[in-house]
Amino acid sequence: MGAITADRRDVSVEDVAAQVLEMARRHGATAAEVDTSTARGLSVTVRKGEVETVEHHRDKSLSVTVYFGARCGSSSTSDFRADSLDEAVGAACTIARFTAEDPYNGLADAAELARVVPELDLHHPWTLTVDDAIALATRCEQAAFAVDRRIVNSEGASATTYESTDVYANSNGFIGTVRSTRHSLSCAVIAEDEGGMQRDYDYTSSRVPDDLLTPEAVGAAAAGRTVRRLGGRQIKTCQVPVLYEAQAARSLLSHLVSAVSGPSLYRRSSFLLDSLGETLFPAHIHIFEDPLLRRGMGSAPFDAEGVATRRRDLVREGVLARYCLDSYAARKLNLSTTANAGGVHNLTIEPGPDDLAGLLRRMGRGLFVTELIGFGINGVTGDYSRGAAGFWVEDGALAYPVEEITIAGNLRDMYKGLVAVGGDVDARHSTRTGSLLIERMTVAGH
Amino acid sequence: MASHNTQTDTLRHAQDFLLAPAGLSSGDLEVVMNRVLGHNIDYADLYFQYGRQESWSLEEGQVKSGNRHTEQGVGIRAVAGEKTGFAYSDEIMMPALLDAATAARAIARSGNPGSQALTSRTGGGMLHLYEPDDPLASLPDEDKVALLLKVEQEARRMDPRVRQVMASLGGSHETILVMRHDGVLAADIRPLVRLNVSVIVEQDGRREHGSAGGGGRTDYHYFLTEDRALGYAREAVRQALVNLDAVAAPAGTMQVVLGPGWPGILLHEAIGHGLEGDFNRKGTSAFANRLGERIASEACTVVDDGTLPGRRGSLNVDDEGTPVQNTVLIEKGVLKGYMQDRLNARLMGAAPTGNGRRESYAHLPIPRMTNTYMLAGDKDPEEIVASVKKGLYAVNFGGGQVDITSGKFVFSASEAYLIENGRIGRPVKGATLIGNGPDVLTRVTMVGSDLALDTGVGTCGKDGQNVPVGVGQPTLRIDGLTVGGTEE
Repeated sequence: MGAITADRRDVSVEDVAAQVLEMARRHGATAAEVDTSTARGLSVTVRKGEVETVEHHRDKSLSVTVYFGARCGSSSTSDFRADSLDEAVGAACTIARFTAEDPYNGLADAAELARVVPELDLHHPWTLTVDDAIALATRCEQAAFAVDRRIVNSEGASATTYESTDVYANSNGFIGTVRSTRHSLSCAVIAEDEGGMQRDYDYTSSRVPDDLLTPEAVGAAAAGRTVRRLGGRQIKTCQVPVLYEAQAARSLLSHLVSAVSGPSLYRRSSFLLDSLGETLFPAHIHIFEDPLLRRGMGSAPFDAEGVATRRRDLVREGVLARYCLDSYAARKLNLSTTANAGGVHNLTIEPGPDDLAGLLRRMGRGLFVTELIGFGINGVTGDYSRGAAGFWVEDGALAYPVEEITIAGNLRDMYKGLVAVGGDVDARHSTRTGSLLIERMTVAGH
Repeated sequence: MASHNTQTDTLRHAQDFLLAPAGLSSGDLEVVMNRVLGHNIDYADLYFQYGRQESWSLEEGQVKSGNRHTEQGVGIRAVAGEKTGFAYSDEIMMPALLDAATAARAIARSGNPGSQALTSRTGGGMLHLYEPDDPLASLPDEDKVALLLKVEQEARRMDPRVRQVMASLGGSHETILVMRHDGVLAADIRPLVRLNVSVIVEQDGRREHGSAGGGGRTDYHYFLTEDRALGYAREAVRQALVNLDAVAAPAGTMQVVLGPGWPGILLHEAIGHGLEGDFNRKGTSAFANRLGERIASEACTVVDDGTLPGRRGSLNVDDEGTPVQNTVLIEKGVLKGYMQDRLNARLMGAAPTGNGRRESYAHLPIPRMTNTYMLAGDKDPEEIVASVKKGLYAVNFGGGQVDITSGKFVFSASEAYLIENGRIGRPVKGATLIGNGPDVLTRVTMVGSDLALDTGVGTCGKDGQNVPVGVGQPTLRIDGLTVGGTEE
């Protein structure tokens, strides 16, 4: 088997973007912006030693927003032929005839746009053949099965590589291109004993193939995570400290971002309304964005409107230093854009001195959460209630696995009660945090 | 309902629409299929798709944005034993098809390119559950905007405490054509519409949220009849106002009464995913190898039924060209069947059940639910509530999730009340409920006579693929479910 076959070179994506802006002008739009993405990839899954799927990905998409004064409309398509693009522009223009005037509509202010596009070292293609991918995934899964004879089944191990080119252009003359790659190895296995089955997984991901962990390390970690869950049980309802493992802790930062983002604020649907300058966290907490981090999973030289990104604090010494705004929300709230069109970039909580073992010792007795399920977060009130699995902790060490419980509280109280941040930062994702220790939550069980 | 004529018309329309613009004939498809097929290939299919979607959004009293999306492409799959090769292209053109065919067939390591005369034939048994007409064209754009404005006015008229109204109207129209290696050709033309309303109310500095909506495989006139659109607005406001009075939810294991309709998300999470063919073939589901066993109380009969006319989860044929059906999953408490696509059915020696679905041409089909619900029992719903001394009555939910291997599942209540001495008491704040799929239905001790299906807003995610689904159930009493509140 070979690598991905056939590569018909289309006109450059930059040309397509420029063409679409010109079409918008011809349709009478006073301003327009266009976002295009083309990508290709390969994903191979091996299960119980046999190839399960070989998927060849080739994706492309284009979305355009047109402005007629203060009215706007948008459309998107995967078809880059000229007549289809013109139809997409036409559809956006038609929509703009029926939408209401909104004085806050429009492109980002020209002064905010990135003047130079810094090179962030995000593009490291992997000439991974199907055979190579099968070999890596096979080694990964074998390593998992070798850990413990109670690993009896598998959902498979996968090797994936993805390469994309994203172009953003607008009628203020901005055009920026970001080429990037993303590679990963992952493994999910099942352990069984007389008490039943448990599943867990692990993965490694990076912009650079050489920075991935070895397949053996990923497989062994996946197996270790799975086996330790065997014998999980419910505990009695109680109020205790809760330690979120780094990969589960990420969601606590996502809820924060969502609550301080433009739409939640101008719709007045956030539990953190009007909290700029307020002390939300203990004084030792610092949270910032680091968009220009070389090789970072969430790095971006400019945001989805072409606005230049830079390192910015979000929470300084526990105080909310700013909101997360695009230029529309900024104009509406009479503030400045924070280059958050399209989201946050490498949101990072400054690590504390303790590693995971240190945090467990510090907690002493309580719940260590390794997995969350469900969506019980009310963004308007901050009320929080989610399904969880993890471990009961006694004397600073894991005592036994716990499952079929919920953890509940209010996010405002949880943020105030964030007593420690671990140094065990999970860098596999665009939100970067270590494990987080929350002073007290309600655990519901039997 | 099925008429041969309609089936032929649908197929002809799909071919004219998907293939003719690219100058592709059914002969060309056979050339592509022969490129895919080799000695070791057990199964192959070509899946053509063209779809258009639109959405219109209202906030702050104005429709400020709208979006139109067009999607088209072809996915080619080759299966050898348990191995699947898959490639796709967003260009429906012969060279792209041949490239994708070559990539997909590489899954069979050895074997000569086969050549096989394919006789195209229609699959048969296709239903006619909805009209093929384009819902996007069913109302002029100004009327779509006007509908959203009326919804917002109704919400504001309901109560002065309403501070924000957000509403969105969306529709899609999709044409699909499947060609299987056995020559079967099947097509479907699928309309889908939805309307969602969400409100924020405020009183004495406390803010709460409520939301409602509905839709189905029909057109926008659906919302103009039976007062539906304005009904969603009133329902969203009602829920939000109830939550203004909500006190902290209890924490711990207790008796729970679930209302009819959307709370059927219980079934989707607790047993639905665990009964999908792939997890059972692989032995990764907590329900694997349990056919014929009792997994629920005798009062429980649960089906997955893709044949309900106009429902959001219904299909005329699934995405592998298999006619949908009404599949009994649990009959009087006994596990009767799994939901299958063609791959897993073949590997398990079972029949496909019309549950092979995919989000788009760029995704592989996998076993998915359609409309999953529990049949009505014989209890008066009021009698069910009256039978509970102390517990929770939950009538509206947000989303849910399940770990199919351990069987643990959650679903989150957004409107719930305490039950005290058989009476519905104070509303409580939203809370997540958690249980164990393989035994939760054994604790169903009362089943109401009031079966209802949801209003048509459900979307299910699995392996990164989203598909529209439906759920339903009558009022149920469950003796022991863990409620994730904060009050010990």
